[in-house]
Amino acid sequence: MSLSSDDVAKIAHLARLDMPSDKAEALGRELSSILDLVAQMDAVDTSGVTPMAHPLEVVQRLRDDAVTEQDNRDRYQAGGPAVENGLYLVPKVIE
Amino acid sequence: MQWETVIGLEIHTQLATKSKIFSGSSTAFGAEPNTQAALIDLGMPGVLPVLNRDAVRMAVRFGKAIDARVAERSVFARKNYFYPDLPKGYQISQYELPVVGEGSVEIVLDDGDVKTIGVTRAHLEEDAGKSLHEDFHGMTGIDLNRAGTPLLEIVSEPDMRSAKEAVAYAKKIHQIVTYIGICDGNMQEGSFRVDANVSIRPKGQAEFGTRAELKNINSFRFLEKAINFEIERQIEVIEDGGKVVQETRLYDAAKDETRSMRTKEEANDYRYFPDPDLLPLEIDEAFIADVMATMPELPDARLARFQSDYGLSTYDADVLTASRPLADYFEAVAEIGGDAKLAANWVMGELAAALNRDGIDIDASPVDAEAFGQLVARIHDNTISGKIGKEVFAAMWAGEGSADAVIAAKGLKQITDTGAIEALVDAVLAANPVQVENYRNADPAKQPKMIGFFVGQIMKQSQGKANPQQVNELLRKKLS
Repeated sequence: MSLSSDDVAKIAHLARLDMPSDKAEALGRELSSILDLVAQMDAVDTSGVTPMAHPLEVVQRLRDDAVTEQDNRDRYQAGGPAVENGLYLVPKVIE
Repeated sequence: MQWETVIGLEIHTQLATKSKIFSGSSTAFGAEPNTQAALIDLGMPGVLPVLNRDAVRMAVRFGKAIDARVAERSVFARKNYFYPDLPKGYQISQYELPVVGEGSVEIVLDDGDVKTIGVTRAHLEEDAGKSLHEDFHGMTGIDLNRAGTPLLEIVSEPDMRSAKEAVAYAKKIHQIVTYIGICDGNMQEGSFRVDANVSIRPKGQAEFGTRAELKNINSFRFLEKAINFEIERQIEVIEDGGKVVQETRLYDAAKDETRSMRTKEEANDYRYFPDPDLLPLEIDEAFIADVMATMPELPDARLARFQSDYGLSTYDADVLTASRPLADYFEAVAEIGGDAKLAANWVMGELAAALNRDGIDIDASPVDAEAFGQLVARIHDNTISGKIGKEVFAAMWAGEGSADAVIAAKGLKQITDTGAIEALVDAVLAANPVQVENYRNADPAKQPKMIGFFVGQIMKQSQGKANPQQVNELLRKKLS
Protein backbone atom coordinates (compact mmCIF):
# COMPACT_ATOMS: atom_id res chain seq x y z
CA MET A 1 0.00 0.00 0.00
CA SER A 2 1.50 3.27 -1.03
CA LEU A 3 -0.08 6.63 -0.34
CA SER A 4 0.36 9.47 -2.78
CA SER A 5 1.22 12.98 -1.68
CA ASP A 6 -2.36 13.96 -2.49
CA ASP A 7 -3.70 11.24 -0.17
CA VAL A 8 -1.47 12.53 2.58
CA ALA A 9 -2.59 16.09 1.99
CA LYS A 10 -6.23 15.01 2.16
CA ILE A 11 -5.72 13.09 5.40
CA ALA A 12 -3.93 16.09 6.90
CA HIS A 13 -6.78 18.34 5.85
CA LEU A 14 -9.46 16.04 7.29
CA ALA A 15 -7.60 16.14 10.61
CA ARG A 16 -7.05 19.89 10.21
CA LEU A 17 -3.28 19.44 10.46
CA ASP A 18 -1.02 22.03 8.92
CA MET A 19 1.47 19.91 7.01
CA PRO A 20 4.40 21.47 5.20
CA SER A 21 4.26 20.15 1.64
CA ASP A 22 7.90 19.03 1.69
CA LYS A 23 6.98 16.54 4.44
CA ALA A 24 4.29 14.84 2.37
CA GLU A 25 6.52 12.21 0.82
CA ALA A 26 8.20 11.11 4.05
CA LEU A 27 4.87 11.08 5.92
CA GLY A 28 3.33 9.13 3.06
CA ARG A 29 5.96 6.40 3.49
CA GLU A 30 5.39 6.22 7.25
CA LEU A 31 1.62 6.08 6.92
CA SER A 32 1.95 3.46 4.19
CA SER A 33 3.95 1.19 6.48
CA ILE A 34 1.14 1.41 9.05
CA LEU A 35 -1.36 0.49 6.36
CA ASP A 36 0.86 -2.43 5.35
CA LEU A 37 0.48 -3.73 8.89
CA VAL A 38 -3.28 -3.36 8.59
CA ALA A 39 -3.17 -5.21 5.29
CA GLN A 40 -1.41 -8.12 7.02
CA MET A 41 -4.22 -8.27 9.57
CA ASP A 42 -6.76 -8.04 6.79
CA ALA A 43 -5.40 -11.29 5.41
CA VAL A 44 -6.62 -13.19 8.47
CA ASP A 45 -9.92 -15.01 7.93
CA THR A 46 -12.37 -13.37 10.32
CA SER A 47 -15.60 -14.70 8.87
CA GLY A 48 -17.67 -15.93 11.78
CA VAL A 49 -16.13 -13.41 14.15
CA THR A 50 -18.54 -10.73 15.40
CA PRO A 51 -17.00 -7.29 14.92
CA MET A 52 -15.95 -5.88 18.25
CA ALA A 53 -17.52 -2.59 19.27
CA HIS A 54 -15.56 -2.28 22.49
CA PRO A 55 -12.69 -4.22 24.07
CA LEU A 56 -14.59 -4.63 27.35
CA GLU A 57 -17.23 -7.33 27.62
CA VAL A 58 -19.71 -5.07 29.36
CA VAL A 59 -22.75 -3.13 28.19
CA GLN A 60 -23.71 0.51 28.42
CA ARG A 61 -25.11 1.69 31.72
CA LEU A 62 -27.92 4.16 31.55
CA ARG A 63 -28.50 7.24 33.67
CA ASP A 64 -31.82 8.71 34.83
CA ASP A 65 -33.19 11.60 32.84
CA ALA A 66 -32.53 14.39 35.32
CA VAL A 67 -30.97 17.84 35.04
CA THR A 68 -27.87 17.76 37.21
CA GLU A 69 -25.75 20.51 35.65
CA GLN A 70 -25.70 24.14 36.79
CA ASP A 71 -25.08 27.19 34.66
CA ASN A 72 -21.32 27.78 34.72
CA ARG A 73 -21.15 29.88 31.59
CA ASP A 74 -18.99 32.64 33.04
CA ARG A 75 -16.35 30.22 34.24
CA TYR A 76 -16.31 28.24 30.99
CA GLN A 77 -16.16 31.35 28.85
CA ALA A 78 -13.35 32.91 30.88
CA GLY A 79 -10.96 30.69 28.91
CA GLY A 80 -12.45 31.45 25.50
CA PRO A 81 -10.50 33.76 23.16
CA ALA A 82 -13.56 35.71 21.99
CA VAL A 83 -16.99 35.95 23.60
CA GLU A 84 -19.91 38.32 23.06
CA ASN A 85 -23.47 38.37 24.42
CA GLY A 86 -22.88 34.94 25.89
CA LEU A 87 -21.84 33.51 22.52
CA TYR A 88 -18.48 32.00 21.65
CA LEU A 89 -17.07 33.83 18.63
CA VAL A 90 -15.26 31.92 15.91
CA PRO A 91 -13.93 32.82 12.47
CA LYS A 92 -16.77 33.11 9.96
CA VAL A 93 -17.66 29.73 8.51
CA ILE A 94 -20.18 30.57 5.83
CA GLU A 95 -19.44 32.56 2.68
CA MET B 1 -40.22 13.02 -21.68
CA GLN B 2 -42.25 11.75 -18.74
CA TRP B 3 -40.39 12.17 -15.46
CA GLU B 4 -40.90 10.31 -12.23
CA THR B 5 -39.96 11.86 -8.91
CA VAL B 6 -38.28 9.83 -6.18
CA ILE B 7 -38.26 11.20 -2.63
CA GLY B 8 -36.86 9.91 0.62
CA LEU B 9 -37.02 11.85 3.87
CA GLU B 10 -34.67 12.10 6.82
CA ILE B 11 -36.53 13.40 9.83
CA HIS B 12 -34.70 14.60 12.93
CA THR B 13 -36.97 14.53 15.95
CA GLN B 14 -35.78 16.12 19.17
CA LEU B 15 -36.68 13.74 21.96
CA ALA B 16 -38.70 15.22 24.80
CA THR B 17 -36.23 14.43 27.58
CA LYS B 18 -35.49 16.88 30.38
CA SER B 19 -31.74 16.45 30.10
CA LYS B 20 -29.34 15.86 27.23
CA ILE B 21 -28.52 12.51 25.73
CA PHE B 22 -25.05 12.22 27.29
CA SER B 23 -25.00 14.90 29.99
CA GLY B 24 -27.13 16.31 32.79
CA SER B 25 -27.62 19.69 31.09
CA SER B 26 -31.17 20.94 30.59
CA THR B 27 -32.72 20.73 27.12
CA ALA B 28 -35.30 23.51 27.74
CA PHE B 29 -35.80 25.72 24.69
CA GLY B 30 -35.10 29.43 24.71
CA ALA B 31 -32.51 29.80 27.49
CA GLU B 32 -29.77 32.44 27.38
CA PRO B 33 -26.94 31.31 25.05
CA ASN B 34 -24.55 28.75 26.50
CA THR B 35 -26.20 28.59 29.93
CA GLN B 36 -27.19 24.97 29.24
CA ALA B 37 -23.84 23.81 27.92
CA ALA B 38 -21.75 21.90 30.44
CA LEU B 39 -18.29 20.37 30.09
CA ILE B 40 -19.50 17.28 28.23
CA ASP B 41 -21.48 19.42 25.78
CA LEU B 42 -18.46 21.68 25.28
CA GLY B 43 -16.31 18.71 24.33
CA MET B 44 -13.80 19.31 27.13
CA PRO B 45 -11.11 16.66 27.56
CA GLY B 46 -11.39 14.22 30.42
CA VAL B 47 -15.17 13.87 30.46
CA LEU B 48 -17.23 10.83 29.53
CA PRO B 49 -20.71 10.62 28.03
CA VAL B 50 -23.34 8.63 29.94
CA LEU B 51 -26.44 7.60 28.03
CA ASN B 52 -29.88 8.90 29.07
CA ARG B 53 -32.29 6.01 29.75
CA ASP B 54 -35.37 7.95 28.65
CA ALA B 55 -33.83 8.73 25.26
CA VAL B 56 -33.44 4.97 24.75
CA ARG B 57 -36.99 4.32 25.97
CA MET B 58 -38.34 6.87 23.49
CA ALA B 59 -36.42 5.32 20.60
CA VAL B 60 -37.81 1.89 21.52
CA ARG B 61 -41.28 3.34 21.79
CA PHE B 62 -41.01 4.71 18.26
CA GLY B 63 -39.66 1.43 16.94
CA LYS B 64 -42.60 -0.45 18.40
CA ALA B 65 -45.06 2.15 17.07
CA ILE B 66 -43.96 1.56 13.47
CA ASP B 67 -43.70 -2.21 13.83
CA ALA B 68 -39.95 -2.16 13.49
CA ARG B 69 -37.40 -4.51 14.96
CA VAL B 70 -35.72 -3.02 18.03
CA ALA B 71 -32.06 -3.99 18.04
CA GLU B 72 -31.02 -6.19 20.99
CA ARG B 73 -27.60 -4.67 20.59
CA SER B 74 -26.74 -1.35 19.01
CA VAL B 75 -23.55 0.65 18.85
CA PHE B 76 -22.72 4.35 19.02
CA ALA B 77 -20.27 5.65 16.45
CA ARG B 78 -18.37 8.86 15.91
CA LYS B 79 -19.23 10.83 12.80
CA ASN B 80 -16.23 13.04 12.24
CA TYR B 81 -16.38 16.51 10.79
CA PHE B 82 -15.22 19.97 11.71
CA TYR B 83 -17.72 22.69 12.33
CA PRO B 84 -17.60 25.20 15.18
CA ASP B 85 -21.03 24.26 16.56
CA LEU B 86 -19.70 20.70 17.06
CA PRO B 87 -17.04 21.19 19.73
CA LYS B 88 -15.74 17.62 19.92
CA GLY B 89 -14.98 17.46 16.19
CA TYR B 90 -17.38 14.50 15.93
CA GLN B 91 -21.06 13.85 16.47
CA ILE B 92 -21.99 10.79 18.49
CA SER B 93 -24.45 8.90 16.30
CA GLN B 94 -25.21 5.33 15.30
CA TYR B 95 -24.02 3.88 12.02
CA GLU B 96 -23.92 0.18 11.28
CA LEU B 97 -26.08 -0.95 14.19
CA PRO B 98 -28.94 1.50 14.82
CA VAL B 99 -31.37 1.02 17.69
CA VAL B 100 -34.43 0.77 15.40
CA GLY B 101 -34.42 -1.34 12.25
CA GLU B 102 -36.83 -1.60 9.34
CA GLY B 103 -40.46 -0.62 9.85
CA SER B 104 -43.25 1.03 7.93
CA VAL B 105 -46.16 3.46 8.12
CA GLU B 106 -49.27 3.83 6.01
CA ILE B 107 -50.33 7.07 4.39
CA VAL B 108 -53.67 7.89 2.80
CA LEU B 109 -53.42 9.44 -0.66
CA ASP B 110 -55.75 12.04 -2.14
CA ASP B 111 -57.83 9.41 -3.94
CA GLY B 112 -58.30 7.52 -0.67
CA ASP B 113 -55.81 4.78 -1.55
CA VAL B 114 -53.46 3.63 1.17
CA LYS B 115 -49.74 3.45 0.47
CA THR B 116 -47.10 1.85 2.65
CA ILE B 117 -43.90 3.85 3.13
CA GLY B 118 -40.87 1.98 4.39
CA VAL B 119 -38.76 3.27 7.25
CA THR B 120 -35.20 2.09 6.73
CA ARG B 121 -33.99 2.78 10.25
CA ALA B 122 -34.07 5.17 13.16
CA HIS B 123 -31.00 5.93 15.23
CA LEU B 124 -30.11 7.90 18.31
CA GLU B 125 -27.67 10.77 18.06
CA GLU B 126 -26.80 14.10 19.60
CA ASP B 127 -27.76 17.46 18.14
CA ALA B 128 -25.14 20.11 17.32
CA GLY B 129 -25.14 23.69 18.60
CA LYS B 130 -26.32 26.70 16.67
CA SER B 131 -24.22 29.02 14.53
CA LEU B 132 -25.38 32.62 14.32
CA HIS B 133 -24.04 34.12 11.15
CA GLU B 134 -25.15 37.68 11.85
CA ASP B 135 -22.34 40.12 11.99
CA PHE B 136 -20.18 39.81 15.07
CA HIS B 137 -17.33 41.91 13.64
CA GLY B 138 -16.98 39.44 10.77
CA MET B 139 -17.14 36.45 13.11
CA THR B 140 -19.71 33.75 13.76
CA GLY B 141 -21.46 33.41 17.14
CA ILE B 142 -21.85 29.94 18.65
CA ASP B 143 -24.57 28.87 21.09
CA LEU B 144 -24.06 25.35 22.41
CA ASN B 145 -27.30 25.04 24.41
CA ARG B 146 -28.65 22.68 21.77
CA ALA B 147 -25.42 20.64 21.55
CA GLY B 148 -26.13 17.20 22.98
CA THR B 149 -29.92 17.37 22.77
CA PRO B 150 -31.13 13.84 21.97
CA LEU B 151 -32.31 13.24 18.43
CA LEU B 152 -33.98 10.28 16.83
CA GLU B 153 -33.18 10.42 13.12
CA ILE B 154 -35.84 8.58 11.15
CA VAL B 155 -34.75 7.60 7.65
CA SER B 156 -37.34 6.57 5.08
CA GLU B 157 -36.99 4.40 2.02
CA PRO B 158 -37.11 6.34 -1.27
CA ASP B 159 -40.77 5.31 -1.55
CA MET B 160 -42.48 8.63 -2.19
CA ARG B 161 -43.33 9.74 -5.72
CA SER B 162 -44.66 13.27 -5.22
CA ALA B 163 -44.39 16.23 -2.88
CA LYS B 164 -47.89 15.44 -1.61
CA GLU B 165 -46.88 11.91 -0.64
CA ALA B 166 -43.80 13.27 1.12
CA VAL B 167 -45.97 15.69 3.09
CA ALA B 168 -48.44 12.91 3.98
CA TYR B 169 -45.57 10.73 5.23
CA ALA B 170 -43.96 13.57 7.21
CA LYS B 171 -47.33 14.35 8.81
CA LYS B 172 -47.84 10.70 9.68
CA ILE B 173 -44.44 10.52 11.41
CA HIS B 174 -45.25 13.82 13.15
CA GLN B 175 -48.56 12.41 14.34
CA ILE B 176 -46.92 9.24 15.66
CA VAL B 177 -44.06 10.93 17.54
CA THR B 178 -46.41 13.44 19.16
CA TYR B 179 -49.02 10.75 19.98
CA ILE B 180 -46.49 8.56 21.72
CA GLY B 181 -45.12 11.62 23.49
CA ILE B 182 -41.47 11.38 22.42
CA CYS B 183 -41.31 14.75 20.62
CA ASP B 184 -43.21 18.03 20.98
CA GLY B 185 -43.34 18.30 17.18
CA ASN B 186 -42.66 22.03 17.14
CA MET B 187 -41.27 22.73 13.67
CA GLN B 188 -40.62 26.43 14.26
CA GLU B 189 -38.37 25.67 17.23
CA GLY B 190 -36.65 22.92 15.24
CA SER B 191 -37.94 20.00 17.29
CA PHE B 192 -39.08 18.26 14.10
CA ARG B 193 -36.77 18.85 11.10
CA VAL B 194 -37.34 17.36 7.70
CA ASP B 195 -34.64 16.97 5.06
CA ALA B 196 -35.76 15.73 1.66
CA ASN B 197 -33.69 13.72 -0.80
CA VAL B 198 -35.15 14.45 -4.22
CA SER B 199 -34.26 13.00 -7.60
CA ILE B 200 -35.99 12.44 -10.90
CA ARG B 201 -35.72 9.69 -13.51
CA PRO B 202 -37.40 8.95 -16.82
CA LYS B 203 -40.64 7.09 -16.16
CA GLY B 204 -40.01 3.36 -16.37
CA GLN B 205 -36.31 3.56 -15.56
CA ALA B 206 -35.23 1.35 -12.65
CA GLU B 207 -32.07 3.18 -11.52
CA PHE B 208 -32.39 6.30 -9.42
CA GLY B 209 -31.26 9.66 -10.71
CA THR B 210 -28.72 11.83 -8.85
CA ARG B 211 -30.33 13.32 -5.77
CA ALA B 212 -30.16 16.69 -4.10
CA GLU B 213 -30.69 17.00 -0.36
CA LEU B 214 -33.02 19.83 0.64
CA LYS B 215 -32.57 21.41 4.06
CA ASN B 216 -33.91 24.34 6.05
CA ILE B 217 -37.56 23.37 5.71
CA ASN B 218 -39.58 24.34 8.77
CA SER B 219 -43.19 23.65 7.83
CA PHE B 220 -45.19 21.06 5.91
CA ARG B 221 -46.25 23.73 3.44
CA PHE B 222 -42.64 24.64 2.72
CA LEU B 223 -41.78 20.94 2.38
CA GLU B 224 -44.28 20.65 -0.46
CA LYS B 225 -43.12 23.89 -2.10
CA ALA B 226 -39.41 23.10 -1.77
CA ILE B 227 -39.83 19.66 -3.34
CA ASN B 228 -41.97 20.98 -6.17
CA PHE B 229 -39.47 23.73 -6.91
CA GLU B 230 -36.63 21.20 -6.86
CA ILE B 231 -38.43 18.80 -9.23
CA GLU B 232 -38.93 21.59 -11.77
CA ARG B 233 -35.33 22.71 -11.39
CA GLN B 234 -33.95 19.22 -11.99
CA ILE B 235 -36.16 18.65 -15.01
CA GLU B 236 -34.98 21.93 -16.45
CA VAL B 237 -31.32 21.11 -15.81
CA ILE B 238 -31.61 17.74 -17.54
CA GLU B 239 -33.76 18.91 -20.44
CA ASP B 240 -31.23 21.68 -21.07
CA GLY B 241 -28.61 18.97 -21.48
CA GLY B 242 -27.06 19.40 -18.04
CA LYS B 243 -26.52 17.03 -15.12
CA VAL B 244 -27.93 17.15 -11.61
CA VAL B 245 -25.13 17.47 -9.07
CA GLN B 246 -25.31 15.62 -5.75
CA GLU B 247 -25.35 18.43 -3.22
CA THR B 248 -27.10 20.00 -0.29
CA ARG B 249 -29.53 22.79 -1.17
CA LEU B 250 -31.17 25.22 1.22
CA TYR B 251 -34.79 26.17 0.80
CA ASP B 252 -35.43 29.92 0.85
CA ALA B 253 -39.07 30.42 1.81
CA ALA B 254 -39.07 34.13 1.00
CA LYS B 255 -38.00 33.50 -2.61
CA ASP B 256 -39.61 30.04 -2.83
CA GLU B 257 -36.50 28.45 -4.31
CA THR B 258 -33.70 26.08 -3.37
CA ARG B 259 -30.10 27.25 -3.51
CA SER B 260 -26.86 25.35 -3.48
CA MET B 261 -25.28 25.59 -0.04
CA ARG B 262 -21.73 26.71 -0.45
CA THR B 263 -19.70 26.50 2.70
CA LYS B 264 -16.01 26.15 3.36
CA GLU B 265 -16.70 22.50 4.21
CA GLU B 266 -15.25 19.78 2.03
CA ALA B 267 -17.19 16.96 0.48
CA ASN B 268 -18.36 14.65 3.27
CA ASP B 269 -15.91 12.08 4.53
CA TYR B 270 -17.15 11.20 7.97
CA ARG B 271 -14.84 8.30 8.85
CA TYR B 272 -17.34 6.64 11.18
CA PHE B 273 -15.96 4.32 13.83
CA PRO B 274 -17.35 2.89 17.09
CA ASP B 275 -17.10 5.43 19.90
CA PRO B 276 -14.71 3.98 22.49
CA ASP B 277 -16.29 6.22 25.17
CA LEU B 278 -19.56 4.30 24.97
CA LEU B 279 -20.26 0.63 25.43
CA PRO B 280 -22.69 -1.31 23.24
CA LEU B 281 -26.31 -0.65 24.12
CA GLU B 282 -28.24 -3.79 24.96
CA ILE B 283 -32.02 -3.79 25.09
CA ASP B 284 -33.66 -6.87 26.56
CA GLU B 285 -37.24 -8.13 26.57
CA ALA B 286 -37.89 -6.72 30.03
CA PHE B 287 -36.87 -3.23 28.90
CA ILE B 288 -39.17 -3.44 25.88
CA ALA B 289 -42.05 -4.82 27.99
CA ASP B 290 -41.61 -1.91 30.39
CA VAL B 291 -41.80 0.58 27.50
CA MET B 292 -44.85 -1.18 26.05
CA ALA B 293 -46.65 -0.96 29.40
CA THR B 294 -47.03 2.80 28.92
CA MET B 295 -47.55 2.81 25.14
CA PRO B 296 -50.68 4.80 24.32
CA GLU B 297 -53.18 3.75 21.68
CA LEU B 298 -51.72 4.61 18.27
CA PRO B 299 -53.50 6.99 15.89
CA ASP B 300 -54.45 4.38 13.26
CA ALA B 301 -55.94 2.09 15.91
CA ARG B 302 -57.81 4.99 17.45
CA LEU B 303 -59.18 6.00 14.05
CA ALA B 304 -60.58 2.51 13.54
CA ARG B 305 -62.04 2.42 17.05
CA PHE B 306 -63.74 5.82 16.67
CA GLN B 307 -65.53 4.44 13.63
CA SER B 308 -66.54 1.13 15.17
CA ASP B 309 -67.32 2.26 18.73
CA TYR B 310 -68.83 5.68 18.07
CA GLY B 311 -70.21 5.13 14.59
CA LEU B 312 -68.29 8.13 13.24
CA SER B 313 -67.58 8.55 9.54
CA THR B 314 -64.02 8.05 8.29
CA TYR B 315 -63.75 11.78 7.78
CA ASP B 316 -64.92 12.68 11.29
CA ALA B 317 -62.74 10.00 12.88
CA ASP B 318 -59.76 11.23 10.87
CA VAL B 319 -60.25 14.85 11.96
CA LEU B 320 -60.77 13.90 15.60
CA THR B 321 -57.71 11.62 15.81
CA ALA B 322 -55.40 14.12 14.10
CA SER B 323 -53.73 14.88 17.40
CA ARG B 324 -53.78 13.10 20.72
CA PRO B 325 -55.04 16.10 22.76
CA LEU B 326 -57.95 16.53 20.33
CA ALA B 327 -58.83 12.82 20.42
CA ASP B 328 -58.63 12.81 24.23
CA TYR B 329 -60.83 15.91 24.37
CA PHE B 330 -63.42 14.39 22.07
CA GLU B 331 -63.59 11.15 24.02
CA ALA B 332 -64.14 13.00 27.28
CA VAL B 333 -66.88 15.12 25.69
CA ALA B 334 -68.59 12.06 24.15
CA GLU B 335 -68.56 10.32 27.53
CA ILE B 336 -70.01 13.24 29.48
CA GLY B 337 -72.27 14.43 26.67
CA GLY B 338 -73.87 11.03 26.22
CA ASP B 339 -73.98 11.23 22.43
CA ALA B 340 -70.82 10.63 20.41
CA LYS B 341 -72.10 11.89 17.08
CA LEU B 342 -73.43 15.08 18.69
CA ALA B 343 -70.13 15.47 20.56
CA ALA B 344 -68.20 15.04 17.30
CA ASN B 345 -70.28 17.70 15.54
CA TRP B 346 -69.83 20.19 18.35
CA VAL B 347 -66.11 19.59 18.80
CA MET B 348 -65.45 19.90 15.06
CA GLY B 349 -67.92 22.76 14.71
CA GLU B 350 -68.25 25.39 17.42
CA LEU B 351 -65.17 24.44 19.41
CA ALA B 352 -62.80 24.10 16.44
CA ALA B 353 -64.07 27.39 15.00
CA ALA B 354 -63.50 29.25 18.27
CA LEU B 355 -60.02 27.74 18.76
CA ASN B 356 -59.15 28.60 15.20
CA ARG B 357 -60.51 32.13 15.43
CA ASP B 358 -58.57 32.91 18.59
CA GLY B 359 -55.48 30.93 17.59
CA ILE B 360 -55.59 28.73 20.69
CA ASP B 361 -54.41 25.12 20.97
CA ILE B 362 -56.95 22.65 22.30
CA ASP B 363 -54.74 22.09 25.36
CA ALA B 364 -55.30 25.72 26.30
CA SER B 365 -59.01 25.90 25.47
CA PRO B 366 -60.84 28.17 27.93
CA VAL B 367 -63.66 25.62 27.89
CA ASP B 368 -62.24 22.28 29.02
CA ALA B 369 -63.55 18.88 27.93
CA GLU B 370 -65.64 18.42 31.06
CA ALA B 371 -67.38 21.79 30.70
CA PHE B 372 -67.89 21.24 26.99
CA GLY B 373 -69.26 17.75 27.66
CA GLN B 374 -71.86 19.23 29.99
CA LEU B 375 -72.97 21.63 27.27
CA VAL B 376 -73.36 18.71 24.85
CA ALA B 377 -75.29 16.83 27.54
CA ARG B 378 -77.77 19.74 27.86
CA ILE B 379 -78.35 19.70 24.12
CA HIS B 380 -78.65 15.92 24.14
CA ASP B 381 -81.25 15.90 26.96
CA ASN B 382 -83.21 18.71 25.27
CA THR B 383 -82.65 21.27 28.03
CA ILE B 384 -81.57 23.61 25.24
CA SER B 385 -81.74 23.53 21.45
CA GLY B 386 -78.67 23.49 19.25
CA LYS B 387 -79.23 27.15 18.39
CA ILE B 388 -79.31 28.18 22.05
CA GLY B 389 -76.33 25.88 22.54
CA LYS B 390 -74.25 28.21 20.41
CA GLU B 391 -75.25 31.15 22.58
CA VAL B 392 -74.39 29.21 25.74
CA PHE B 393 -71.05 28.17 24.26
CA ALA B 394 -70.16 31.78 23.41
CA ALA B 395 -70.87 32.77 27.02
CA MET B 396 -68.80 29.84 28.34
CA TRP B 397 -65.96 30.82 26.00
CA ALA B 398 -66.13 34.35 27.44
CA GLY B 399 -65.72 32.93 30.93
CA GLU B 400 -69.30 33.27 32.16
CA GLY B 401 -69.33 29.87 33.83
CA SER B 402 -70.58 26.36 33.22
CA ALA B 403 -73.31 25.42 30.76
CA ASP B 404 -75.85 25.01 33.54
CA ALA B 405 -74.86 28.33 35.12
CA VAL B 406 -75.21 30.19 31.81
CA ILE B 407 -78.54 28.52 31.03
CA ALA B 408 -79.90 29.47 34.48
CA ALA B 409 -78.49 33.01 34.49
CA LYS B 410 -79.85 33.84 31.05
CA GLY B 411 -83.09 31.88 31.40
CA LEU B 412 -82.33 29.84 28.30
CA LYS B 413 -83.93 26.60 29.38
CA GLN B 414 -85.89 25.15 26.50
CA ILE B 415 -89.67 25.23 26.72
CA THR B 416 -90.81 21.62 26.44
CA ASP B 417 -94.11 21.99 28.28
CA THR B 418 -96.73 21.05 25.68
CA GLY B 419 -99.30 23.45 27.12
CA ALA B 420 -96.94 26.42 26.94
CA ILE B 421 -95.89 25.60 23.39
CA GLU B 422 -99.49 25.12 22.32
CA ALA B 423 -100.32 28.59 23.67
CA LEU B 424 -97.47 30.06 21.61
CA VAL B 425 -98.58 28.20 18.49
CA ASP B 426 -102.20 29.31 18.92
CA ALA B 427 -101.17 32.93 19.41
CA VAL B 428 -99.04 32.98 16.26
CA LEU B 429 -101.72 31.28 14.16
CA ALA B 430 -104.33 33.75 15.41
CA ALA B 431 -102.10 36.71 14.58
CA ASN B 432 -101.47 35.54 11.01
CA PRO B 433 -104.81 34.50 9.50
CA VAL B 434 -103.80 35.30 5.92
CA GLN B 435 -100.70 33.08 6.05
CA VAL B 436 -102.76 30.29 7.62
CA GLU B 437 -105.27 30.55 4.77
CA ASN B 438 -102.53 30.55 2.15
CA TYR B 439 -100.92 27.52 3.72
CA ARG B 440 -104.12 25.54 3.72
CA ASN B 441 -104.75 26.30 0.03
CA ALA B 442 -101.18 25.61 -1.06
CA ASP B 443 -99.80 22.66 -3.03
CA PRO B 444 -98.88 20.01 -0.37
CA ALA B 445 -95.42 19.83 -1.89
CA LYS B 446 -94.82 23.46 -0.97
CA GLN B 447 -96.26 23.24 2.54
CA PRO B 448 -93.15 21.93 4.30
CA LYS B 449 -91.32 25.03 3.16
CA MET B 450 -94.15 27.38 4.11
CA ILE B 451 -94.35 25.98 7.63
CA GLY B 452 -90.97 27.59 8.24
CA PHE B 453 -92.61 30.99 8.50
CA PHE B 454 -94.70 29.90 11.51
CA VAL B 455 -91.78 28.12 13.14
CA GLY B 456 -89.75 31.29 12.81
CA GLN B 457 -92.47 33.41 14.39
CA ILE B 458 -92.90 31.02 17.30
CA MET B 459 -89.17 30.76 17.92
CA LYS B 460 -89.00 34.54 17.88
CA GLN B 461 -91.85 34.80 20.38
CA SER B 462 -90.14 32.27 22.65
CA GLN B 463 -86.69 33.87 22.19
CA GLY B 464 -85.49 30.63 20.66
CA LYS B 465 -86.43 28.58 23.67
CA ALA B 466 -89.34 26.55 22.33
CA ASN B 467 -88.40 22.97 21.48
CA PRO B 468 -88.30 22.98 17.65
CA GLN B 469 -89.48 19.36 17.24
CA GLN B 470 -92.55 19.96 19.40
CA VAL B 471 -93.31 23.24 17.63
CA ASN B 472 -93.19 21.48 14.25
CA GLU B 473 -95.38 18.64 15.41
CA LEU B 474 -98.03 20.90 16.89
CA LEU B 475 -98.07 23.21 13.88
CA ARG B 476 -98.58 20.35 11.46
CA LYS B 477 -101.44 19.03 13.59
CA LYS B 478 -103.15 22.41 13.88
CA LEU B 479 -102.71 23.46 10.26
CA SER B 480 -103.97 20.25 8.71
